[in-house]
Amino acid sequence: MPSPTPPSASFDNASGTIRIAGSWTLAFVDGLARRPPKLPRAPESTRIDASELGALDTAGAMLLLQTLRGAGISGIDGAFDGLREADLKLLLLVLSRSEDTDEPSERFFSFRAMLERMGRATATFLGQGRELLSFVGLTMVNLAGLVTGRTKLRLTSTVHHMEETGLDAVPIVALLSFLVGAVIAFLGATVLRDFGASIFTVELVSYAFLREFGVLLTAIILAGRSGSAFTAQIGSMKSREELDAIAAIGLNPIELLVLPRLIALMIMLPLLTFISMIMGLVGGGVVSMSVLDISPSQFITRLNEMTEVRHFWVGMIKAPIFAFLIAIVGCLEGLKVEGSAESVGRRTTSAVVQAIFLVIVFDAIFAVFFMEVGL
Amino acid sequence: MSGVHDTHTERVIEVRGLRSSFGKQVVHDGLDLDVYRGEVLGVIGGSGAGKSVLLRTVIGLRDPQAGSVKIFGEDVHGAQSTQRQRFERRIGVLFQDGALFSSLTVLENVRVPLIEYYKLPESIVEELAMLKIRLAGLPTSAAHKYPSALSGGMRKRAGLARALALDPEILFLDEPTSGLDPSSAAAFDELIATLHASLGFTVFLVTHDLDSLYGICERVAVLSQGKVVIADTIERVENFDEPWIKGCFQGPRGRSAAVQAERVKHTAGAQSAGA
Repeated sequence: MPSPTPPSASFDNASGTIRIAGSWTLAFVDGLARRPPKLPRAPESTRIDASELGALDTAGAMLLLQTLRGAGISGIDGAFDGLREADLKLLLLVLSRSEDTDEPSERFFSFRAMLERMGRATATFLGQGRELLSFVGLTMVNLAGLVTGRTKLRLTSTVHHMEETGLDAVPIVALLSFLVGAVIAFLGATVLRDFGASIFTVELVSYAFLREFGVLLTAIILAGRSGSAFTAQIGSMKSREELDAIAAIGLNPIELLVLPRLIALMIMLPLLTFISMIMGLVGGGVVSMSVLDISPSQFITRLNEMTEVRHFWVGMIKAPIFAFLIAIVGCLEGLKVEGSAESVGRRTTSAVVQAIFLVIVFDAIFAVFFMEVGL
Repeated sequence: MSGVHDTHTERVIEVRGLRSSFGKQVVHDGLDLDVYRGEVLGVIGGSGAGKSVLLRTVIGLRDPQAGSVKIFGEDVHGAQSTQRQRFERRIGVLFQDGALFSSLTVLENVRVPLIEYYKLPESIVEELAMLKIRLAGLPTSAAHKYPSALSGGMRKRAGLARALALDPEILFLDEPTSGLDPSSAAAFDELIATLHASLGFTVFLVTHDLDSLYGICERVAVLSQGKVVIADTIERVENFDEPWIKGCFQGPRGRSAAVQAERVKHTAGAQSAGA
């Protein structure tokens, strides 16, 4: 194949015709756009000599038509000499689609766009809060229905989710709690030893784990592990229209999908919290024994004497509430999935972020509350 | 690119002795197929006959177990990446549901091949992309929409606009009319026919749609038992003695599509005679 010659267009004064030559293709469009061929204004009836025209594609056709329009020639039918029929068809097609009859859609930039985005974000945030509250209401009604017998408890499904969210999470919760317990004991050891008060490490670990860290750590792990799983499971069902099928068969998706997950998590999160507390104390105990020479029996006696059981209840009472938040957010985000697989991913991320956010906010509220009532 | 598409002599795709298998299941076994420049080739076959696998193998997304595929005389599967790029910009592919990038608008989708392969001024890219969108029969207002906001038919048109972005010499279409209502399907066939007539590309069409076969295909290749049993004009394929072909063309759907095609030809003839 001979290498293509660059496109050109020129006005031939002698014969009064426009001559176009070379290949008008995408490869040469850059050059054409930078140095457009200059043509003098020509009368509408000027003939165009295309006998030396090489290859032509849609990009070239678009620029050729622009060039000719620049010279004042807008109608091309019958104006060409030596143009291949296929090229004429192409030119006519491009010409017929060049006229932009529709209004271009409006797009804003800069300050106005920023205001628009802020407005949207605010509206989305408020809408999210509203949706969450109404979903809480809906779930409560269905939960109450369990007592009145209007909704059924799906036992198999509930037990399945208890295994998935609870039993399967024991190793990771136990290991992480042990490590965090050990880290807190190390902190206590370094700071308290200087005051000769290293025995207080026991209280540090026990207060921290019983009141706060046990439940918080478990809730955060489950938000990432189970909350996201709820969203992904329900979301992918939604995107495959399985939820519509459930509704069309006359079943209640809340009863079928949400309640088993909610109940499972509300049972399992307190149990895991208990495991977390024990493992945190064990982690603290191991460090105390190895670094601070506090023997296990000394640790247990001190724990028994100095730490009241109310701290345990302060931590424990938060567990079902956190479980409720995580399950509700996870399921709601799953139900909000629409259409594509991309939406499932976005909702899953959103569920985890929202769940962790809510857990920490509620933990802070509880802390203030318990301080006020003197627990 | 133009002017040559009435001479069906140059082979743009050559498939020789192709063998594809998934584990023990053999899909293609010694498959040969030629596609000539400028023609519209329809590939049909029963479900699971390996039509889509053939398309994916031909464009190099899947390596065959044996055999070779040549596009423009270059081996697709043995090619170096630079060679691959060279022929990739000469082919366009429309996947089944358009396969648009969901995070980009239609206009941005069409711009992708243009800005990746050519250094062009921004205004030209925009203008060219809009032209392709209009060529694919989409309204200008669709250009700034995201794929999720489009109907199935519009998504396919947007996918076509992206496939046409680089003025391909071969256009691969994977079941372009599946999932469209009959009138949109007919409109899509007509669009392909119009573009084919004006742009002169070669079309490799995988389809289930008998109306498309009668409407726009010049040659039909039938896949069965891992081979191309016949690749010829629709009239000859119709009368070919093979159980699947008989069931397909002489069943109720085949007959009605044939009658329909005959009627269209007839009215077109009458109109041109009247004019």
